[in-house]
Amino acid sequence: MSNEYKLIGKDFVPPDITGKVTGKAKYAEDFRADGMVFARMYTSPMAHGKVTSINTEQAEAMEGVVGILTAEDVPEVTAPDAAILTNTPAYIGDPILAIAAETEQICEDAMATIEVEIEPLPFVTDPLDSLVDGGPNARTEGNAYARSREGSGFQTIKWSQQQVDDFRAGKEPTGDFVSEWSYGDLDNSFAEAELVIEEPFVTIGYAHMSMEPRTAMAYWQNGTCYVHGSSQSQSYFMPGLARMLGVETKDVVLISENTGGGFGSKIGAYPIAALPGYFSKKIGRPVQLRVTREQEYYMGSARVGFQGWIKMGFGADGKITASDVFIIEDIGPNATGGDASSAGGAISMVYDPSAMRFRGLPVLTNTTPRGAQRGPGQNQIAAVMAPIMDKAAKVLGIDRVEIRKINSTNNDTIVYADRRPVTSAYMDEALQQGADMFDWQNRKNQPKKKGKKVRGLGVGQGYHSAGATGFDGLVRLTPDGKLHIHSGVGNLGTYSFASTSRAAAEVLKCDWERCEIHRGNTENHLPWSSYQAGSVTIFSHTRTNYVAAMDALDKMKRIAAQTMGGEPGDYDIDGQRVFLIEDPAQGMSYGAIAARAIQLGGDYSGAVYPDDIHEITQRAVQNIAGSGLIGVAKDNLHQEGVIPGLAVAFCEIELDLETGKYDILDYVGIAECGTVIHPKGLAQQMKGGAVWGMGMAGLERHVYDPQNGLPANIGYHQCGIPTYLDVPSVTKTDAVNIADPQNPFGARGIGEPAMGCSVAALQSAISDALDGHIFGRTPISPDMVVNHVMGRDQSFLPLQTNNF
Amino acid sequence: MASFDVMPEVQLFQPAELDDALKLADELGSDGWLLGGGQDTYGWLKDRAKQPRAMIDLNGIEALQGIRKTDDGMEIGAATILRDIIRNEDINRDYSLLSQAASRVASPQIRNVGTLGGNLSQDTRCWYYRRGLDCYRAGGNICYADGPQSMNREHAVIGASRCVAVSPSDTATALLALDATMVAENTEGQRVLAAEDFFVGPNTHITQMTALKPGEILSAIRIPKKWASQRFYWEKVADRDVWDFALVSIAVSMAMDGNKIADSRFVCGGVACTPHRLTNVEQAVRGRTLSNESADAVAPLASEGCKPLNYNHFKLPLMENLVRRAMRG
Repeated sequence: MSNEYKLIGKDFVPPDITGKVTGKAKYAEDFRADGMVFARMYTSPMAHGKVTSINTEQAEAMEGVVGILTAEDVPEVTAPDAAILTNTPAYIGDPILAIAAETEQICEDAMATIEVEIEPLPFVTDPLDSLVDGGPNARTEGNAYARSREGSGFQTIKWSQQQVDDFRAGKEPTGDFVSEWSYGDLDNSFAEAELVIEEPFVTIGYAHMSMEPRTAMAYWQNGTCYVHGSSQSQSYFMPGLARMLGVETKDVVLISENTGGGFGSKIGAYPIAALPGYFSKKIGRPVQLRVTREQEYYMGSARVGFQGWIKMGFGADGKITASDVFIIEDIGPNATGGDASSAGGAISMVYDPSAMRFRGLPVLTNTTPRGAQRGPGQNQIAAVMAPIMDKAAKVLGIDRVEIRKINSTNNDTIVYADRRPVTSAYMDEALQQGADMFDWQNRKNQPKKKGKKVRGLGVGQGYHSAGATGFDGLVRLTPDGKLHIHSGVGNLGTYSFASTSRAAAEVLKCDWERCEIHRGNTENHLPWSSYQAGSVTIFSHTRTNYVAAMDALDKMKRIAAQTMGGEPGDYDIDGQRVFLIEDPAQGMSYGAIAARAIQLGGDYSGAVYPDDIHEITQRAVQNIAGSGLIGVAKDNLHQEGVIPGLAVAFCEIELDLETGKYDILDYVGIAECGTVIHPKGLAQQMKGGAVWGMGMAGLERHVYDPQNGLPANIGYHQCGIPTYLDVPSVTKTDAVNIADPQNPFGARGIGEPAMGCSVAALQSAISDALDGHIFGRTPISPDMVVNHVMGRDQSFLPLQTNNF
Repeated sequence: MASFDVMPEVQLFQPAELDDALKLADELGSDGWLLGGGQDTYGWLKDRAKQPRAMIDLNGIEALQGIRKTDDGMEIGAATILRDIIRNEDINRDYSLLSQAASRVASPQIRNVGTLGGNLSQDTRCWYYRRGLDCYRAGGNICYADGPQSMNREHAVIGASRCVAVSPSDTATALLALDATMVAENTEGQRVLAAEDFFVGPNTHITQMTALKPGEILSAIRIPKKWASQRFYWEKVADRDVWDFALVSIAVSMAMDGNKIADSRFVCGGVACTPHRLTNVEQAVRGRTLSNESADAVAPLASEGCKPLNYNHFKLPLMENLVRRAMRG
């Protein structure tokens, strides 16, 4: 595509903005259906157990109570998968039953009468407590769960007390693990290193904290289940939801116009989304299950926690020769995670060691189920790595930005165990742009200490793969001259469903005011689209909308040639017209082209469509066939190598040595995501990611009482999310803005690294303020700083997790 | 385990006169719930962890509102919102310790509706207790926060007795350091309690944070002239700059005789079940000047007698550091 874009790279007002600022936007909880009843859940008060009896007699006798749903009413699943309802709860808050009633108040009154007896089973909240010989297992089937292409399953892995003690003492782990990958000659690479740094580390998991709990409402009509749900993705959510409901995808309608946050916890269908469907079928009335804030914290997913050890080798020139990392990941009760290997991949991408080994051990705990959270693995390791890079720079006498530039990802970098190329990468340019914008050289020469306060400068890097391929695009030109862009991308709040839709308008040179986006409801005839997660949307759906628009363009020219004579190549488009290049006065309006497409039928009108598009797209095309000119295609564009989303951040803090508190004085974030598609959208991603990273670096963490498995964080207040008074009033952002060759517009994604660079920069700044001290722990709270400055031991055991 | 978040059936009285409120409070006794700004009300009630029969809304009672000068200082109606205290010129001029403390309560939004009386009377934030567990404070016979592996970073380091929860109020420390008195009224009349007697620890009454009896209403807070326009120091250390309760806070009033301290009040928040007066520090600073030397000399006294739990020993150096900062001048 040309660099002279009309829409790409320009700001616009996404169509969902008005509803959000006026309060008219509707979320799952806002919908009602005739005869609808309310449902609420009774969840496990025990961290692990077996339900031996349930007494609902009193509740069922109450006026207004309509029904009870238990594990017997929903499909049984095999551990460690999460069930819709269970009789073997594996964490506090695991759903056991639901009650439906005419009002929410009756529901709650009935809930108070429920009696459930549970036989307690062993439980554990810290992976190391399970791993040690004789420690409890989170599941009766074992304490670890390995997932691999070769097969998945439970394992019971135990380390001796000595092995655990040595690990806590910062020594290389010697116990068993379940996964490993490597490349290069690790031993030789370490042997050649001028400097070797070994550090243990902990990153504590924490909740996703979606503002909209995973409420859902469902009802059945003629065998179709209508679900008003809370979902990050739209089309991608469908197959899983249908599977959970026990029906075919075609028999489910998902309405999810707006989503109040998911952050990785609502990418694909989750069991609770299917509960109202089962309940509705059982009682024959629409059911809205409203999940309380407390319950959202129990079951709403959380970031995987790490307990690990890393060894890094550096040459005298600062080049990383080798990296050896071992990560125990807290995968909760449902064995969901995979963050650890992604963390290893991020080391390979961002720091480009000549040789590398990753070893992983996923351990089950009876804590909140885990799931992908913005930069799953990449962002934890970004926090770990930043102070280590700083330490190496200090020992080797290299500037801290410079050592990162020496190891920076570029177009020639080969990554991961299978040594893949990247589509393009400009980390060096991002670092330089950030350093210039932050005035790094000048700032680092400023005095550091002022009384009991000390300045700290930080630099951090973030990464996540940023694109997927093979999804479908669908556009429609109607006789009124409008371009309809059908998007199956969810609406997580990033506006990327809208900014990627502009790719189709750009190709077709269509005025944005004459475009309409169809989304948010299966019945709006939506194509098969990617998950709205993993930083993929921008890359993936500028491509799908490109191929769909190109298909439409081809058809428009063919229709013009067929109608006015000549060859399709004789025609071009502009001003909402297809015209003869030799005589622009001769042409057809888009409306006329659309009307002609309907007359001609076949692939013009959607009566015929490509056979490689997904069944969801096929149904969408079938439903709109004959209503205009249809552009539909699967993204079969060339793609090879890893598509990196990269970001860097710089920050300055002032840390009070007597209170352990710090103020973030300044923050600069630079995105390296190819061509900027939507500047304001990108700036919001970078700013939102920065705030989230600040929360991860210093505030947010799970706390569990190991004596009873009780979580302390079940509300916004206790979870410590940063407020606007905890972050800089201004965060500056910009982008490198160099096009990627594997996207028609040059774009890549950025969502997750926008946060990773922030948590890394803040960890780096705190370490800098404390003369290079490495806590090896995320988050770093004021008490830790006070203890360190005063030369006191920390309250927790080394490598302890899910604690204060 | 049920999860509740719908406001349950509860009667609401909205008296316009204090006498009517007192009669209601008398009739309802422990079944009544005094409603100020509601910031420590609706959570309890929606969670069904507290189940009063009726709420008595105090916000419509004029006698409980306002900030007045008196012969001996100031009187603040208990239903006065924190924002009005922060903005009051007289308080800012003479008792800035209180306005500073009030300005660090929770968040701007909460300060816009939260009342001084509510801030002083609020219940502890012990997370175990707030979960509705059957602990000592809830009438049970165990303290979940004081177990061998309990998560008690925010709990008491001194003055605990079975219960290790702390007083969460920011304004309480300031008012103690100002020798404020609390006016408690019931249908039989009123009694005036010293701030130090108003806040009670678990050794006095394990299920209450204040000396208010069922049927009593905190009607006003009086601040004597004694500390007007004296030297003050206030600081609160919390994880976040907004919303969070103090890990440790300090409120200090100092009467200076030349450059020496003639009299003082040092009160720590977040360390005990009541605002904790550092009487040993007060004695030690008498006659001292404000200086680094004085600061270093008296700071270690701040944590004398403290017995930290598993996760809160950082509070000891923090208490010492805050005293140090107050003494530097």
